[in-house]
Amino acid sequence: MADYKIPETHEFPIIPSIMEGAMAHSSPFVAGEEFQSDMGFPFSGETGKLIDGWKERFLELMQEKLSKYRSLQVFMDICVKCGACTDKCHYFIGTADPVNMPVARQDLLRKVYRRYFTFAGKYFPKLVGAVDLTEDVIKQMYSYYHQCSECRRCAVFCPFGIDTAEVTMAARDMLAQIGMGQKYSNQIIPKVHKIGNNLGLPEPALVDTLEGLEEEVEEDIGVKVRYPLDEKGAEILLVTPSADFFAEPHIDGLIGYGKVFHAAGVTWTMSSKASEAANFGLFIGNYEQMRKISLRIRDAAKELGVKRIIFGECGHAWRVAYNHLNTLAGPWDFLDPNYPVPQHILEFTKDCLDRGILNINKSENDHMTLTFHDSCNIARASRIGDKPGSQFTTPRAVIKAVCNNFHDMSADTIQDQTFCCGGGGGLLTDDLMELRIKGAQPRMEALKNVSNDHGVTHMAAICAICKSQFTKVLPYYGMTMDQIVSVHQLVSNAIVLEGQETDE
Amino acid sequence: MPIEVNGKQLEVDEEGYLANLNDWEPAVAEVMAAAEDQPLTSDHWEIINFLREYYEEYQIAPAVRVLTKAVGKKLGKDKGNSKYLYELFPYGPGKQACKYAGLPKPTGCV
Repeated sequence: MADYKIPETHEFPIIPSIMEGAMAHSSPFVAGEEFQSDMGFPFSGETGKLIDGWKERFLELMQEKLSKYRSLQVFMDICVKCGACTDKCHYFIGTADPVNMPVARQDLLRKVYRRYFTFAGKYFPKLVGAVDLTEDVIKQMYSYYHQCSECRRCAVFCPFGIDTAEVTMAARDMLAQIGMGQKYSNQIIPKVHKIGNNLGLPEPALVDTLEGLEEEVEEDIGVKVRYPLDEKGAEILLVTPSADFFAEPHIDGLIGYGKVFHAAGVTWTMSSKASEAANFGLFIGNYEQMRKISLRIRDAAKELGVKRIIFGECGHAWRVAYNHLNTLAGPWDFLDPNYPVPQHILEFTKDCLDRGILNINKSENDHMTLTFHDSCNIARASRIGDKPGSQFTTPRAVIKAVCNNFHDMSADTIQDQTFCCGGGGGLLTDDLMELRIKGAQPRMEALKNVSNDHGVTHMAAICAICKSQFTKVLPYYGMTMDQIVSVHQLVSNAIVLEGQETDE
Repeated sequence: MPIEVNGKQLEVDEEGYLANLNDWEPAVAEVMAAAEDQPLTSDHWEIINFLREYYEEYQIAPAVRVLTKAVGKKLGKDKGNSKYLYELFPYGPGKQACKYAGLPKPTGCV
């Protein structure tokens, strides 16, 4: 494990004393020629070098965004520097860098906005804190707009409802268009278009992986549970993050989805074309990419002739799907109107539990005491069900229906006040490991405290990024990587299928 | 920033992954591992060779579960788990072992 100073955790949260420039060095790899051009972004001839005429282009793009997105215009104008957001960001709490106070991070763009788009800033820049757009300002933006995971916790506390995530997205998009795209996201998105998913798992690898899963489940419980791919005429299309095929504990969640579908007696399929729920177009603030990625789901649903679409455990995918799927890739008039489009797997499972059609043996999870990590995008941008707050109650209801031991973390760290895992929003890359470890501090602190006070042993999550991020950072905080589990992994443990061999 | 293997300069990316898969030879793994103070035993080589074979067939590194299952079959059930793999490759079997095997780094939400 690399050598970073791990932030301390305390019995109660402590707001750190500021350390100027503590994270000024943090900056993810810039996309090189291959990834910039795959994405249709310009390349200057040298990685990280700005294109000719970058300044004019940046201001032109800014003008475009300000007129296209009224929200951005309002967010640039309306902040009164009240300070309500300053101590709400996990990256500020974990790094103590004052630029990671959401107001200061947004101000990197706002200062430039004032200089070129307001009367006062044009004529009296110093009086209003307006600055010229220079290469140093661009570099600082690149660094700090990649120290925001677009989680929107600060927006919950902002009296004006300023959405920092939107400012970050706008900034990242403008940066990419002057030659400063981020390698991680810009390497991944083209794989979705070329192969079908973020990981670049081609169809034969998917087939092999899913066949392996079927064998494994049959060996384990003696029931042939199917994990079908590209099966025309199935009722349900499951769209899930490709990490569910690849990583742990994600794959245990996928096993769980299959068991629930099996028990519910529905036909379902996954698709090699839409073998990715994630939509990194959101992270880089690129609407066109968001649309293109979403359209793959539409194409797959049409080709396979399904009647319903269900999303697996993925945080930002659900935000995109829940809020935008209809605008991006609708209308969905060819699907069964009796079901929500799209539906979340947890809503499906909860409905099955409520109707009593799943046979559950809760004691299978008795070796664990669970807590639940609300994923930021689900908590602050969606519902899982049709009632306000159902994004909080549905996952907890499912966990409690399959586990005897559950305890929530401290109230100011869950539900709409949940902390990001530290790796969301396109930051789940090794070159940002220091930031990821430090940004995990508030969640790690809350988890440690609930473990000490209530004997919690495991934390369940419903997002591929959260699961991968915690697997990586838990050991830095003195815990173990297997303490993070998928919610449907818990369902999988407890569900008893017809004909299943039991230990008794 | 190329690495030197058997007198040849081989191109690698920012994170040290081989730029050109065809440049790989066993000495590449030795050089990369030595740079990270990671001794390579025959147990490590079992994994590296499996990764290369799998990649040859599927053009992607195997899923963790596929890898642990294969290891379990070959080396015994007690080794067919990710704990064993992390003991061998503390930076993560997916990433560290892939690097030594000359494969591209798995990207995405992993």
